[in-house]
Formats: sequence, C-alpha cells, structure tokens
Amino acid sequence: MNDVSTDTPTAPDDDLPSRAELAARVADLEESLAEATTDDDGKRMSIIATKGTLDMAYPPLILASTAAAFGYEVTVFHTFWGLDILHEERSKNLKLSSVGNPNMPMPNLLGALPGMDRMTTAMMEKRISDNETATVEELIETSLDMGVEFQACQMTIELMGYDEEEFHDGVRTGVGAATAIQDMADADIQLLV
Amino acid sequence: MSAEFDITQTLDVQGESCPMPVVKTKGAIDDLDAGAVLEVVATDSGSMSDIEGWASGTDGVELLTQEESDGLYTHYVRKTE
Repeated sequence: MNDVSTDTPTAPDDDLPSRAELAARVADLEESLAEATTDDDGKRMSIIATKGTLDMAYPPLILASTAAAFGYEVTVFHTFWGLDILHEERSKNLKLSSVGNPNMPMPNLLGALPGMDRMTTAMMEKRISDNETATVEELIETSLDMGVEFQACQMTIELMGYDEEEFHDGVRTGVGAATAIQDMADADIQLLV
Repeated sequence: MSAEFDITQTLDVQGESCPMPVVKTKGAIDDLDAGAVLEVVATDSGSMSDIEGWASGTDGVELLTQEESDGLYTHYVRKTE
C-alpha cells in the first residue's frame, strides 16, 4: 500500500479516539439520523375533546377529518362531556346552551328561561341543515372511514354511568390519560378542545 | 376547460361546506392512479384557500389551477405519485 502520510502511527493516545472508534461513532450517528428521518414520515395529531355541546362538537371533528386528509395519523381522546360526541344516542341530541354565550341572539336572562336551550339548539340545527354543513354523525363516520382513532376515556365512561356498548362502532374504549399523554408526546400537533 | 391537461375524473361537492370539499378530494385522489387529474367543483368559497393549503401540505398531489366563476369554485389536482 502506498502511504503518503507523514504521520507516524502511534500508540493510542489518552485524548484522541482511534480511527475505529470514530468509524463506530459515525455509524451510530448515521443510524440514529436514519431513524429520525424515518419517524418524520408519519405526521401525527392528537386532540383532547372535553366539550359536549353542539357547537363544541364541531371543531375536533372538523380538524380530525381534515388532518386525516393531510395524511396525519389522528387520535381524538374524548373525556368528560366530550364523551357525548361518541355516544350513539347522545350524539344525536347535542344541545346548544342559550346561556353563557354573549353572541347568542338573546339576552342571557331570557336564555335562562325553561325551553330556551331547546329553541337555540333547533335554530342551530336549522342553520346546519340550511347550509348543508355536515352533521356530527356524518363527520364521525367520515373520520372513522379515514382512519381517525376516537378514544373514549374509561374513567369518565364510568363516572357518567355510560356503557362501553353505547358508543359508535369503531370507538376505542378502555383508555386513560396515559394513552392520551403518549399520543400527545408522539404528535406533531396537540390540541385541547 | 384547459388544454394543458386531461381531466380524469370530476368530483362534485357543490353545496357542501368545510371540511367536506377537502375530505372528499382526498378520498377521490386516493382512488386514482398516478398522473390522473381530478376536477373538483365546489360552491364553498373557502375551498379556494383550503384545497390550496391541502395540496401544498400533502405529498403526492399537485394543484394545477383554480378557477372561479358564477359562484362555482373549480380546482384541478394532479396525483403525482
């Protein structure tokens, strides 16, 4: 072999790593770089849905289905009133509160009268229908078709006295906060609704 | 409508509003082969920004052009891979 180097190979120095050690380090770095690059392929979004009013059911469902259209792997963790969005019966009767929202077309004092929630809900449902906005049910079905994972928090299922069978087909039950944390830790986008 | 590309398939989402135009576009693109061009006809004015955003944030699709006339918003999306 033609060695043009003027360096004289010496016994391993205390400070300087050997060529073999450096090569091993480079191989390690290349490996972790490859892993990091591969992980980036899977975009993920994690949503925590805590509200169960008609108006607040929409944001998580619209964002979940849209993110799925972008190729994101989406999980939506439903807890407390957010469970109602996944509850087969209750999701058909989500209500709009006529109190507590200053944008409602009536004074809060009147909104507190009996029957007002039913009236504002009916108004909203009419608008949804007139505008051909997708219904909550359609958005759930669409999202499921697109691979969105809906999770129903086990602790609040029991707290609310619901049965696991009462949720839409395809909803994952038997999950808790640790599952949500894991999903959020792995996600590129995390939202609390 | 344009001489630069042939339309493979048309998706009619007239009357539908956010997020359906984007969601259905994604579904229709998935069923096409690479190179195909999907024409999306919408009445939702938000679809102009939404389809553009979706196309730029999604691998394997290219927004060719968008047109607006008489309350119709038409988008042409090519599946590139």
